[in-house]
Amino acid sequence: MSELYRRFGGGLGTVFLALVGVWLAGMVLAPNVMMIDYALRPNLPPSQIGGPNDVYSLDNILYLANEGVHRAIFFKTVWASALVAFVTFLVCYPMAFWLAQHATVNQTAVVLLALTIPFWINEVLRTLAWYILLAFRGPLNAFLLSLGIIDEPVRWYGDGGVLAGMTYAYILFMLFPIYNAIESLDKSQIEAARDLGASTWRIHWRVVIPHAKAGIATGCVFTFMLAAGSYVAPALLGAPGSRWFTEIIYNWFFEGGDWNRGAAYALVLLVLCLAVVLVTLRIARVSLTEVAK
Amino acid sequence: MPARTDYQGPMSHSVELDHVGVTFGTTRAVDDVSFTVEGGEFFSILGPSGCGKTTLLRVIAGFLNPTEGRILIGEKDMTPLGPNQRPTAMIFQSLALFPLMPVWENIAFGLEARGVSKAERRMKADELLKLIALDGYGDRMPGELSGGQRQRVAIARALAVEPQVLLLDEPLSALDLKLRQHMRAELRALQKRTGVTFIYITHDQSEALAMSDRVAVMSAGVVQQVGAPRELYDNPATPFVATFVGETNALSCTVKGIDNGIATVETAHGTLTGRAGDGLSGGAAAKLYVRPEALKPKGGVNRLAATIERIDFEGAFALAHGVAEDGTPLVASIASTELATAPAIGEKSGFGFESANAVVLPDV
Repeated sequence: MSELYRRFGGGLGTVFLALVGVWLAGMVLAPNVMMIDYALRPNLPPSQIGGPNDVYSLDNILYLANEGVHRAIFFKTVWASALVAFVTFLVCYPMAFWLAQHATVNQTAVVLLALTIPFWINEVLRTLAWYILLAFRGPLNAFLLSLGIIDEPVRWYGDGGVLAGMTYAYILFMLFPIYNAIESLDKSQIEAARDLGASTWRIHWRVVIPHAKAGIATGCVFTFMLAAGSYVAPALLGAPGSRWFTEIIYNWFFEGGDWNRGAAYALVLLVLCLAVVLVTLRIARVSLTEVAK
Repeated sequence: MPARTDYQGPMSHSVELDHVGVTFGTTRAVDDVSFTVEGGEFFSILGPSGCGKTTLLRVIAGFLNPTEGRILIGEKDMTPLGPNQRPTAMIFQSLALFPLMPVWENIAFGLEARGVSKAERRMKADELLKLIALDGYGDRMPGELSGGQRQRVAIARALAVEPQVLLLDEPLSALDLKLRQHMRAELRALQKRTGVTFIYITHDQSEALAMSDRVAVMSAGVVQQVGAPRELYDNPATPFVATFVGETNALSCTVKGIDNGIATVETAHGTLTGRAGDGLSGGAAAKLYVRPEALKPKGGVNRLAATIERIDFEGAFALAHGVAEDGTPLVASIASTELATAPAIGEKSGFGFESANAVVLPDV
């Protein structure tokens, strides 16, 4: 704080602090407080709002606990998001390792550009591309049929489609933290491990992954949070059997017209996501500040 | 053969380099290098940075494939084998300890890779910790150790896999002077105790001279000379060795004649004599090299005149820097005990040296 004033002077320093304050209060705190407020009130017709029935209760949250289908979708969203994070990690780790330790400067530039360009396009359009690719009479099925790998078209929409779409959508959020972490690993450590007779697997398990742990945890947390809160991919690439919890929340708000129950559902998702993240970080022995870096 | 006083075990493997060359793109990093390191020898490769010595070490370790030539360890051809298949272990310049593993796991890492049980690994690690006098440090993290202690852990980690040959890439360069001198003695003692063949890379000539049984001097990818430290110092084979290994005075001259191994040369300071080096012929341009400690204020069959410009006191001795009449700089070393009778600054003084203490090499 005093550093801020010393560097920018009293006037500019105060402006910066005020902007951060407005951001925190107006854009982080207020919406969440309002959501909690909504979640704890019953859904009443306008005439009764503020009346004797408008009291705080846990009814909306208990409704979710007692509604079997919604509960199942909720837990499925949580573990499927974890699966998305895991699969994204499997895809990104080898690529990050190669980029950080083996690729030449030019190769790195080309690959990073190729990975970044799709992100200049809106997420909905990117997901729509997968929608086309995975269609029943789409290019993927046609390709696999022509190779003779499958005998008849596969219905990709559903869990598989959602997983593919999300893995693709969040690849950079996983790749960059891991890449940064592995890049700071001294090459001679890998050489030393190899010189001492370690297999490739052991070099990664004992030397590279422990070193990149904070980056891996960061990538997994980002990907998990984004997946759990994702709406477009499950809406486009899902099937009735692969409904995402965000779709239920959407329905309460815009089809059921019950904002209070929607807010309660959203609150539960937020709390559970936070819990999963904190527990993951605790297990990986990574602090929240390391992730923020 | 090096004297191995208290080591009783089997002879370690020798390392033979057979016409090894390495080319990176258009750069010739190592050019036609051949020499043999005897089993159990402390062998140094000495050269300025960029001379190809680290490249050569990486070729011996197996991290780099030579463009041509062969590497034989224990008389077996190792050229196609990877670093994990060779009986060598490397100590890196950065040490490359695993910072997230406790010291004992670092030391036992090679055993872990060989599938040795945990109890046995711990036992072996404790044994090695005793060897490097770090008893009870097994559960510390490398970051909690001092530079010298980390150094010793790196050595223990390499020794744990019982290598035939230990490759050391300037491992002392990060330490301060006192510790470096201490570690020199310790490395030398450890080498004697274990009988492992050491190949030691350094750019520090005093390190190479002090520790090694033999030294290979390298410059621009070429091995200039291989020999015992005294041999390199007293009988340099090339001008590079004469100037790189130790301090020396170089005087341009023309060879008048060679008689019984002694060359008579004509210089700006008159006619001088010195031992004739290889490839010297009459009438050719040459240089006469004489060490600062060979220049004495009194006596000597060869005399040089110089004006003393400054005297640098170094402790045990002082270096008198002078300039000859033709502008050639001269350095003479004077023992501190004789400083009282030494010529003063600004004084025109004579220095003499014996023919046996000078060497004449053809100019390149």
